[in-house]
Amino acid sequence: MAGGVAGGLSARFGIDANLIRFAFILVALGAGAGLAAYVVAWLLVPAEGDTTSIGRRALADRRTVALALASITLLVVVLLVLAALGLGFAANLIGPVSIAAGGLVLVWRGADAAERAHLAELVGRAPLIGSPERHTRRATVARVVVGVVLAIVGLANLVAARGPALPTIRAVLAVNVVIVGVLIVFGPWWLRLARDLAVERRERVRNEERANMAAAVHDSVLQTLALIQRAAGDHGEVVRLARAQERELRAWLFEGRSPGSFNDADVSTITQAVSMIERDVEASHRVAVETVTVGDCELTAALRALLAAGREATVNAATWSGAPTVSLFVEVESGRVSVFVRDRGQGFDPDAVGPDHQGIAESIRARMARHGGSAVIRSASGQGTEVELVMPRTEADP
Amino acid sequence: MSETPDTAGERTAKVRVFLVDDHHLFLSGVRAELGDAVEVVGDADEVGAAIELIVERLPDVVLVDVHMPDGGGQAVIEAVGRTHPEVRFLALSVSDAAEDVIGVIRAGARGYVTKTISGPQLTDAVERVAGGDAVFSPRLAGFVLDAFAADPSAAGGAVPSFDPELDQLTPREREVLRLIARGYAYKEVARELSISVKTVESHVSAVLRKLQLSSRHQLTRWATERRLL
Repeated sequence: MAGGVAGGLSARFGIDANLIRFAFILVALGAGAGLAAYVVAWLLVPAEGDTTSIGRRALADRRTVALALASITLLVVVLLVLAALGLGFAANLIGPVSIAAGGLVLVWRGADAAERAHLAELVGRAPLIGSPERHTRRATVARVVVGVVLAIVGLANLVAARGPALPTIRAVLAVNVVIVGVLIVFGPWWLRLARDLAVERRERVRNEERANMAAAVHDSVLQTLALIQRAAGDHGEVVRLARAQERELRAWLFEGRSPGSFNDADVSTITQAVSMIERDVEASHRVAVETVTVGDCELTAALRALLAAGREATVNAATWSGAPTVSLFVEVESGRVSVFVRDRGQGFDPDAVGPDHQGIAESIRARMARHGGSAVIRSASGQGTEVELVMPRTEADP
Repeated sequence: MSETPDTAGERTAKVRVFLVDDHHLFLSGVRAELGDAVEVVGDADEVGAAIELIVERLPDVVLVDVHMPDGGGQAVIEAVGRTHPEVRFLALSVSDAAEDVIGVIRAGARGYVTKTISGPQLTDAVERVAGGDAVFSPRLAGFVLDAFAADPSAAGGAVPSFDPELDQLTPREREVLRLIARGYAYKEVARELSISVKTVESHVSAVLRKLQLSSRHQLTRWATERRLL
């Protein structure tokens, strides 16, 4: 069906998917509760190969929650009005229909691009709604007229069917006619709303992508350009730096190995990553990196970010401090991993660094913050610098 | 003398130093680095000759390479230590295998520094060892922290410790070692913890004693395991 919930449940419990679908439809016909249950399951059960469910992603966005609440309120009001008109069964529908509607909003907002394409296709297949791009003036008028007529016919039927001998099937049919009418009138508008949401989301993803890109470019290209400026008189050194940077950029653009990261398959533990930092920085900056590692553990996404920030701090110290050695100390404890980068160089005033310098802001602080860690930088002119990075270890870490 | 390590070279009597290393290039390098600050009374490039000459000239401090044929620095330290415990040893190495480092310390060396150490730092370390103190490089401090991990299970098995006095580090000693591992000099450690340099030195000496005397099984096992990584 729509969200693949029946298929998922059948895979989980070993019951035939069609049986589950049938059950959902039965309950939906009864009081609408099946519809609500379906949407809620859609929200809560993660898709195969996905770790988070749609619901969790959707709830992380405040605007989504607000939107869902707004639509639930609207529906409740409509149904209450219907109930007040004397349609007793409408009151029964309030609960399930509001849950289903709110849930659908959450589903849409929380869905990723692939799920969204699937949903759009699903909606596009509905014959009467059609595509909003193709609507002409006449088509719009026709659609509204058809929709309003359907809604009125349905409502009239409902009102006529009032009374003790209310035939349930007829009432259900009438409700369906009303719903189809409303869909015909408002469908395209909803669709456009949903598309706007998708565009906004895409924009957000693009901004995040840009931030990551800026951090990567800073870690590699800008650092190298700074080194080249400092080595301007040394022809051989300039050539060497340019070559190394070219290799790194090629690896990034054509092989997808992003500079300054530890995504390579051959680095899987803290110790390996630390010796990689030592090797790389000593080779490219001609300073001694004195590394000390206490304890060891497997790298997680958060710890990779910690070490990437640590490498950046080491590179900064090697580039700017002027000190011949940089100390890199990494300690693995049961609850956290700490990285200390210390140099005895010229030091700087951390508050006086311009906003266009990405190194500390993006490559260190933001990188740590994104994964729940912290960064403290102690430095004073003439007294060297120490960068302290702490990343808590979560339960999931081995 | 050790309160003012920066001016220690101005003492009236120079420390008498003996060098043991099988690399001649390195021997002459160290001689040049030490310069006039100390008096180099001799050198040797093999274990047998080294033991003989040290016993004959009785220097204050022997700078000994960890890696040499015929048992390395450990053999020299053990042989001389049996008859002349007053001779003090400072181990120098490029290799940083925990097994070797812990080995020379447990044989009796009063400190360990890497060969990348600068001239003034080396002089300072020699003076310190001559004065009876211990010299911990950041890496040695890291090894000790690792070997004496707070959580016994993290150090490889819950071996019951028979002498908690010797088998565990105090929180203060841990703090001092952590700062040394972060690259702090003794003076900076003292400032950071608001204690005197003398207190820092006594903490480090206490750690050295534990390192040498602890019967802790983990220590050897840890060092061997670390090598296997």
